[in-house]
Amino acid sequence: MSANAPVLELDGVTKRFDKTEIIRGVTLAVPAGERHAIIGPNGAGKSTLFNLISGRFHATSGRIRLNGTDITQRKPFEINRLGLSRSFQITNLFHRLSVFENLRCSVLWSLGHRYAFWRNLNKLEDAEQRAEAVLERVGLKRRRDIQAGLLTYAEQRALEIGITIAGGANVILLDEPTAGMSRAESRRAVDMIRDVTVGKTLLMVEHDMGVVFGLADRISVVVYGQVIATGTPAEIRGNAAVREAYLGTQAEHA
Amino acid sequence: MAPDSAFPPNVGQVAYRPLNFGRWVVWGFTAFLFAVMPAFFSKGFALTLMSQMGIMIIFALSYNMLLGQSGMLSFGHAVYSGLGAYFAMHAMKAIGAGTLAWPVSLLPLIGGLAGAFFGIVFGYLTTKKAGTPFAMITLGIGEMVFAASLMFPGFFGGEGGITGDRAAGAPFLGIPGLTFGPAIQVYYLIAAWSFACMIAMFALTHTPLGRIANAVRDNPERAEFIGYNTQRVRWLMLILSSFFAGIAGGLTAINFEIVSAENVHAIRSGGVLLAAFIGGVTFFFGPILGAIVFVIFSVALSEFTKAWQLYLGVFFVLLVLFAPGGLSSLILMNLRVMKFGKFGRLRDPYFGVLSAALALAFGAVMLIELMYHVTLNVGQGASVRLFGFLFDTTRATTWVFATSVFLAAGAAFEYYRRRFKEQWDAVQVEIEDWIRENP
Repeated sequence: MSANAPVLELDGVTKRFDKTEIIRGVTLAVPAGERHAIIGPNGAGKSTLFNLISGRFHATSGRIRLNGTDITQRKPFEINRLGLSRSFQITNLFHRLSVFENLRCSVLWSLGHRYAFWRNLNKLEDAEQRAEAVLERVGLKRRRDIQAGLLTYAEQRALEIGITIAGGANVILLDEPTAGMSRAESRRAVDMIRDVTVGKTLLMVEHDMGVVFGLADRISVVVYGQVIATGTPAEIRGNAAVREAYLGTQAEHA
Repeated sequence: MAPDSAFPPNVGQVAYRPLNFGRWVVWGFTAFLFAVMPAFFSKGFALTLMSQMGIMIIFALSYNMLLGQSGMLSFGHAVYSGLGAYFAMHAMKAIGAGTLAWPVSLLPLIGGLAGAFFGIVFGYLTTKKAGTPFAMITLGIGEMVFAASLMFPGFFGGEGGITGDRAAGAPFLGIPGLTFGPAIQVYYLIAAWSFACMIAMFALTHTPLGRIANAVRDNPERAEFIGYNTQRVRWLMLILSSFFAGIAGGLTAINFEIVSAENVHAIRSGGVLLAAFIGGVTFFFGPILGAIVFVIFSVALSEFTKAWQLYLGVFFVLLVLFAPGGLSSLILMNLRVMKFGKFGRLRDPYFGVLSAALALAFGAVMLIELMYHVTLNVGQGASVRLFGFLFDTTRATTWVFATSVFLAAGAAFEYYRRRFKEQWDAVQVEIEDWIRENP
């Protein structure tokens, strides 16, 4: 497989809830190593798209392929085992476990410890080292033994990303990683995301255009369940259809 | 009030980590307690009580593998202990008949394997769902097994159940006289199993499966996104839990030498839920405390009063209302207050609220016992002995006295409770703020 072969491919994907079609035929190819951002107005279907890719929902029609494997009807844990990991827009942690335990749980499967009930967790050095390393990378070393539920919001967001990357997946989906953060927190988060996704393929939904244009190699604009444009940040900035879509929605709201 | 920054860095987590203060000391002390208890309580009744505690400890801990560790509320856990007991009893009979060469001391293992087998079968169905649907299915399976136990008298022995002789087979390790006939020998057999199961179940909390079960409890959805099939996690935990429940059942068969439909009944399933909850499901050792308290209520208190179920019910309701984390969290919360050096501020409020509670309990018990006496013991005369005094139920002064104590203590309790709560909440807020701000 060449360096630019698509790692993640969506082919005519649709999703219907009852009679409403939320995703209306999305085709998208993300090559290996690319940082790809998905932007679009509220309700455009960005989060639904993430849910389809990660197996939380199943597509009504169309195909989704991960490294050439069809994952359209796979379950979340199967997709995760194939090397795709996602974060959530609304923080989704193991709130009664400590920060360290959150991360250690997230590395267990990928290290092959599976459902072992005959091994002492505290003697699994690979799991411990990997968890400690992630702890360091997401900047939560000082909060190691605090219950996840007691962390501040920004810290919980950092842990959210830590859990997502801990298993070593090659394709990372981040759903609004900087939502609700202050400017300073957001800047730190962007640095951290750039650092932890080196050598990986990143697909992210983000509202903050500063973050998007600073981080993404390419951008796809989703409006009403369809991709209306895909291109480099410069191309997207200059795209008339995108301008119109954004201005259009603004005009509707006004 | 600025907290002292000299606090140890790990106070943020209330965790039961025996390793920190010497895991060996804790386990050694537990084994020591099991060993020497009969020296202090040697009467037949005390031995019975302690034997039942040992069994209930295993049962409650196995239950908490589901509720506390995996977030599965089961209303049918007696299915596994009960079926384990039936299989152990059939094995015991076979040993007696000479058709099975198996030591009585290892009968609980047969119970455990039977429990695990039914865990595999029934658990496959129940663990397809989590939350309320899971609870409902366990209730249904409990009813089903209870009905079956009356439908197939060949195996279950009908209403009378089946009986056996625990002194069957060769003596333990060939030592003459070690037949598990005498109560003291049964106690030590139960104590040994109880201790071994405690260690095994504690060890299980420190394995990949044990920890992932916690993750599934906290957030099943996220667990699916870190590669875990939550259905499989729940199923495996249920099978292991059923294994230990079956061991408890096997010990029940040895202890009582009779197993009947009662052993799989919903009342027993409810009892183990109560025991686990009383002790607290958050911490590993909670159900151990709960099992002890539950047996005191159901076995010891029932010797003294017909109202024991009422007392157990009231105790349970009060605990859920005021200390939803159970006895273990009550203890650990207070230890945390002490660790932060703030216990001094609670001493006076504690004194007030506990004194009032004691007086209130006195008044309430008096009223309850008087009423029970009047309605249930009509034939036994007008006077009743309470707290060492004789009270005449036909005299108005008795009732006036009991009612006044109850009402006055109730008012005092409410007053002190509010004062206590104020201080307690303030202290807890200070501690949690400190934890939040000081990593």
